[in-house]
Amino acid sequence: MAGLFKWFLQVASVTKFGLLSIPQRRGSALASVIGIAGVVAVLVSVLSMATGFRQTMSGTIPPDAVIVLRNGADSEMVSGLSRPETRLIADAPGLVRGSDGPLASAELFVIVDLPKRSTGTDVNVPMRGVERAAFQVRDKLKMVEGRAFEFGKNEVIVGTAAASQFAGMQVGGKIKVGREQWPIVGVFSANGAAAESEVWTDATMLQGAFNRGDSFQAVYGKLATPGAFNQFKDSLTTNPQLDVKVERQADFNESQSAAMTKMIDTLGILIAGLMAVGAVFGALNTMYNAVSARTREIATLRALGFGRGSVVVSVMIESLALALIGGLIGAALAYLFFNGHRTSTMNFQSFSQVSFAFAVTPALLVKGITWAAIIGVVGGIFPAVRAARLPIASALREL
Amino acid sequence: MNEPTKTNGPLVNVDGVEKVFRRGSEDIHVLRDLHLKVPAGEFLALMGPSGSGKSTLLNLIGGLDRPTRGSVSIGGERLDGLSDRLLAGWRARHIGFVFQLYNLMPTLNAERNVELPLLLTHLTKAERRKHVAAALEMVGLSHRAKHFPRTMSGGEQQRVGIARGIVTDPTLLLCDEPTGDLDRKAGDGILDLLQALNREHGKTIIMVTHDPHASARALRTVHLDKGQLSAEAVA
Ligand SMILES: Nc1ncnc2c1ncn2[C@@H]1O[C@H](COP(=O)(O)OP(=O)(O)O)[C@@H](O)[C@H]1O
Ligand SMILES: [Mg+2]
Repeated sequence: MAGLFKWFLQVASVTKFGLLSIPQRRGSALASVIGIAGVVAVLVSVLSMATGFRQTMSGTIPPDAVIVLRNGADSEMVSGLSRPETRLIADAPGLVRGSDGPLASAELFVIVDLPKRSTGTDVNVPMRGVERAAFQVRDKLKMVEGRAFEFGKNEVIVGTAAASQFAGMQVGGKIKVGREQWPIVGVFSANGAAAESEVWTDATMLQGAFNRGDSFQAVYGKLATPGAFNQFKDSLTTNPQLDVKVERQADFNESQSAAMTKMIDTLGILIAGLMAVGAVFGALNTMYNAVSARTREIATLRALGFGRGSVVVSVMIESLALALIGGLIGAALAYLFFNGHRTSTMNFQSFSQVSFAFAVTPALLVKGITWAAIIGVVGGIFPAVRAARLPIASALREL
Repeated sequence: MNEPTKTNGPLVNVDGVEKVFRRGSEDIHVLRDLHLKVPAGEFLALMGPSGSGKSTLLNLIGGLDRPTRGSVSIGGERLDGLSDRLLAGWRARHIGFVFQLYNLMPTLNAERNVELPLLLTHLTKAERRKHVAAALEMVGLSHRAKHFPRTMSGGEQQRVGIARGIVTDPTLLLCDEPTGDLDRKAGDGILDLLQALNREHGKTIIMVTHDPHASARALRTVHLDKGQLSAEAVA
């Protein structure tokens, strides 16, 4: 016990000299801190993009939300359901039944071209035709400006994210649908979900404008309880009149965003990984400098009887301390500059713009700081071993 | 506070020591079949021209380096029997070092510098403070306890170095050119101090020097030349 305590005291004091002498080597220490801060800032901000995208696509969807598509369709774009099919789906057991019938909305999903506010160039904006039940199926949906569109009229409402990303999207404005200009009568929010990037109208009106006859692409439903999923699914998949697939909406959206988030994650780790290699060399260089600047000091301590272990640990702690400072700075920068920063991107599954906010989550901050710590340890280990191996007698001869 | 050393036999026994350094492909024989016995209570001056191996010999006696051949025993204990780790602990308990360039930690004040070797002991904070105060008192620097090395003269820094060397009450005080970087007046002060430590406190001291003025203060002087010692009297 006493021996261990004594050892800690040794390590603490040797470490203290190292840390106290950093100001004399601030140039090289600073370079290493900045290098590591850069790695962590890039890692955390790029990954926060994927996290934000994932959160927008699936994080906000409740477990009782289901989607039904034609079997084999892996996105709404390539799915197709006739009106009789959508009625069969709505009548299946498991959905909530309101006063106007089951909570199921047969929907149509098309792409319209609208100019992006930031660049002025046309981008694909998702437009959704819905049935009355849509507003109860998505019970988080709220009008934040104007009013809901009227069924049977050529009117649209736009999500908050769409309103801010695309030019001319305010109440009183118009958007071009097919050959006509349809008035915008309201703006809605949807608890941060991807629906906020969409333009909504009456499904029947949209069928007319796009010559879709009486077909839909998906049915969105709300389960009586999250546990009713299997009952609902089994009744549809065993119905010989239907050839459909049933998924929880959260799972479906997750799969819709998987390609994108995976690509961003991979990119982030690749870039940050390359930078990390550079930062490891920076840290190595800094700690080799530190050890050589402190050669006589270390040799003196060893002459006085301080052990090798305390020298190794002190160099490691110093390296780790610099790395953690860099990590904290990088994480803080990523948080300050990117958390909540809104952007939009093409979602490859729907070929339309999705607006989302970078999400610098605590888990990402921990990940960034863990990277910093690893860089610090790897950058410290070789110099630490060199310091411990210094032959005392010849190190003392150095001025 | 240290275990008593054997009274029979010399405190320091350097027996047939040879030290060879390799420089490139060349072997440098610095010490050859060297014998030296130092009794407890001695104040020995080790003289010789620059590069003759004085520091090398002192380092071997202090357990900072190991001989190529032969053995060094201190208080009857053979140093070649100790592992590097045990040797570090042994140095902490038995040896006080005083360096030509003081080797103080620039980021620590005088009392913290003096306290350093005590961090390797089991002493409590209060006990450490007491020992530090006593050591600073002994070198006449109590009033400079809170001062940092860079604010002190060379003579004062060397006094701090000596206080650090004696604070653990070591078996042996090893000084490598302790006045080598000081002017005559400051050097004399340091020599007075070493002499007092030897006479009044019974410290065994081995002092490397090439200055006859310094060696004159010692009880005995040995000369190192061509790797061997000769005990001729100093002029
Ligand atoms: N670690 C070492 N490696 C190689 N040569 C050394 C080493 N230490 C000392 N020497 C050589 O040994 C000789 C004696 O050195 P030293 O003991 O420092 O002499 P002194 O202290 O008497 O001036 C010198 O030639 C020196 O270059
Ligand atoms: Mg020398």
